[in-house]
Amino acid sequence: MVEFKINGRQVRAEKGETILDVAKREGFEIPTLCHHDVLGADGRCRLCVVELRRGKRKRIVTSCLYPVEDGIEIFTQTEDVKLVRKTVLELLLARCPSSDVIAYLAKQYGVNIVRYTKDNDKGKCILCNTCVKTCENIVGVSAISLTGKGPFKRVSTPFDEPSEVCIGCGACAVACPTEHIYMEDRNGFRTIWRKKFELARCPVCGRYHAPVEQLEFISKISKTAMDELLICQDCK
Amino acid sequence: MNMSLEELGRIAFEYKSRMDGFKKVILICTGTGCVSSGAMKVFDALKKAVEKEGLKDKILIKKTGCHGLCERGPIVVFGDNEILYQTVGKRNLDNDIRLLISTIKDDAIAESLLYKGDDKTKRYVSTHDIPFYAGQTRFVLALNGIIDPEIIEDYIAHGGYKALVKSFSMERDEIIEWIEKSGLRGKGGGGFPTGIKWRSCKNAEGTIKYVIANGDEGDPGAFMDRSLMEGNPHAVLEGMVIGAYAIGASQGHIYVRDEYPLAVERLQKAIDQARSYGFLGKDIIRSGFDFDIQIFRGGGAFVCGESTALMTSIEGRAGEPRAKYTHTVEKGLWEKPTNLNNVETWATVPEIIDKGWEWFSSIGTEESKGTKVFSLVGKVNNTGLVEVPMGMTLKEIIFGLGGGIQGGKKFKAVQTGGPSGGCISEEYIDMPVDFDSLTKLGSMMGSGGMIVMDERSCMVDVARYFLKFLVEESCGKCTPCREGVRRMYEIVDRICNGDGVSGDIEHLEELGRAISLGSLCGLGQSAPNPVLSTIRFFKDEYRMHIDEKKCPAGVCKALIKLSIHPDRCTGCMRCSAECPVKCISGEKKKVHIIDQEKCIKCGTCYDVCRFDAVTIE
Repeated sequence: MVEFKINGRQVRAEKGETILDVAKREGFEIPTLCHHDVLGADGRCRLCVVELRRGKRKRIVTSCLYPVEDGIEIFTQTEDVKLVRKTVLELLLARCPSSDVIAYLAKQYGVNIVRYTKDNDKGKCILCNTCVKTCENIVGVSAISLTGKGPFKRVSTPFDEPSEVCIGCGACAVACPTEHIYMEDRNGFRTIWRKKFELARCPVCGRYHAPVEQLEFISKISKTAMDELLICQDCK
Repeated sequence: MNMSLEELGRIAFEYKSRMDGFKKVILICTGTGCVSSGAMKVFDALKKAVEKEGLKDKILIKKTGCHGLCERGPIVVFGDNEILYQTVGKRNLDNDIRLLISTIKDDAIAESLLYKGDDKTKRYVSTHDIPFYAGQTRFVLALNGIIDPEIIEDYIAHGGYKALVKSFSMERDEIIEWIEKSGLRGKGGGGFPTGIKWRSCKNAEGTIKYVIANGDEGDPGAFMDRSLMEGNPHAVLEGMVIGAYAIGASQGHIYVRDEYPLAVERLQKAIDQARSYGFLGKDIIRSGFDFDIQIFRGGGAFVCGESTALMTSIEGRAGEPRAKYTHTVEKGLWEKPTNLNNVETWATVPEIIDKGWEWFSSIGTEESKGTKVFSLVGKVNNTGLVEVPMGMTLKEIIFGLGGGIQGGKKFKAVQTGGPSGGCISEEYIDMPVDFDSLTKLGSMMGSGGMIVMDERSCMVDVARYFLKFLVEESCGKCTPCREGVRRMYEIVDRICNGDGVSGDIEHLEELGRAISLGSLCGLGQSAPNPVLSTIRFFKDEYRMHIDEKKCPAGVCKALIKLSIHPDRCTGCMRCSAECPVKCISGEKKKVHIIDQEKCIKCGTCYDVCRFDAVTIE
């Protein structure tokens, strides 16, 4: 058991928990973007920073990664914390001017104007890595990854070609916190990451419900007959 | 092999006896700098000439690592630094070879190849007399330029591997205690106490542990580690074996950037030789201790010099740093306890074990012990590698060893600590160079880069240059560094182009502070330094750019106008001949005029004019 303070209030936590875990449970507000309850933390967006004080020493730490320790004091609203959050949101809004999620957060944290030239080539992607982790750790195919470095970093399939391993499940698009990933179902086909997937039709209700490649993938790993998988969730 | 001190002594004696058969030893620097200025041609030609003279068995020509005085390469040294010849073969190879042969045969000193002082009158014969060397304290670099890095026996003959044998008779804790007491601090930039790091790693839970040498030297203009790996690879290996033994590590990695092929080649040769002598591999010198080293070639990303990114890279993933809330000595490479030190730090270890911690801690300052190797570059007369005791002042390094500013120009600033270090102005030139003093000035020791700038350097432009580097080399993982540094670049670029607005300085300071506070790794946290430190020391220069649209150093093209002063122009025609766009007109012995429409403001006319007739407004 670990004991420490958040904004002056004594809190208790299990060893190994992060500051963010405890703060959330105790009802303290810390904004996040790249953190995901299932996929874990990467420390990429830097929105969840808090100030950590131990004696006279103080520093800014990432609450989603910092493991709690006895006797530390955490402050979630200091001037430095506000400066980092506001800066991060202004920078992200300049990068993704069309993102409602970022615009809403930015307004909430006091970003009234964006002092930088707005980007028009980054879409709504904030490079949080959630989609990549979903594809790798949850779906288990690794069709996409972060590529390039610095301002040229982006998410894509290898060589920007339609991926051989992508099953078109769309989990990346669902997980994306800013709705950046484009996925379209039309006339019996799904398009995602520059690849077109044939959608399977439910033999009972006649509705298109999942890409054939996805059902084949599930069939293979779960050893379930395709005939069974072709029936949609509603008709089962 | 059962290796004792006696056995080492026997190897050294045998090698020395063989060398004693030679009447003279000639050392040719084959460091990268000298090789690029033609050292291999000198080596081949001299070898042929010596054979032709029938002196093959009497004269030993040795290829060595970097001597440090790269500005004057190729360097050829006779015997124990009795004679140093510089720029050999640069102008006339055949003639210089003849001169070398006459030195060999008749001890005739070739005046034309000697090092000349600043006033061009005094000539220096021995290496020891040249101010560049006389002011140095060479411990880590002691054997650089003396031994053949490809021959392990040469290293042994100069005392190599003695420390390793000695350390195996010591208790592990005793070795670590020595390193702690010596006061050795990480020379890769952080300055973290090496002994404490070793102890934490030794005490960390786990049976498999690793040690890593960081040779991913990515700072523009820095080549300290490169010269060590190329010039004395065994010192790095020896340090690593001692450290691994003390910590209890079974595997070592040397991370070398692939841009250093010669370092990779020589390290690999050194590893093979060390294995054959039983200094590496199973049951090292019959101690029962197993340890081996592998070279990992880096792909060239600057961020991979950051310890956690380096480890991620060895694991085969893209080099992205991670938060160090759990230290790498507990969970590092493959989540195992890992002790990473810089190449220079490792190479210092054998010296401490051999000579004792008291000796080491007697050098340097209270908080920074020992020596540090710097690569002294930029607008300084003697560019090259220097090793000095911690605490030497910037002035002593730049004006003493470095021989002052090129062309007698005025010193303006020195940039230390690599791209994310800072610029230090003239008023602090008497500052001692150690870890803490430089940090206080908003710069850092970094791995030891030192770029000297003169009055013709614009500090806003310098900040822009380093920012551009950092924008490209940010890994892009976290928002403040990836997005913030490029925005800082945009603002500084705007200022250089004459579009700066009031409030830009405050904006840069605020954004810089947010990036320092909010970034994930050391690279991001220090990325605003070039801007923040130049604002701190040269705020007026920023103001001139923004308020008056003027670049006092005459560098920012959008803000300058070059013209020729009619009273001073002699009509020598030099500027019109050198102008790349031929925009200067005028007849011989008549005043020349610059066509402002065509001028690209490259400043060539300013640099070549001998009468100070070209002015920059």
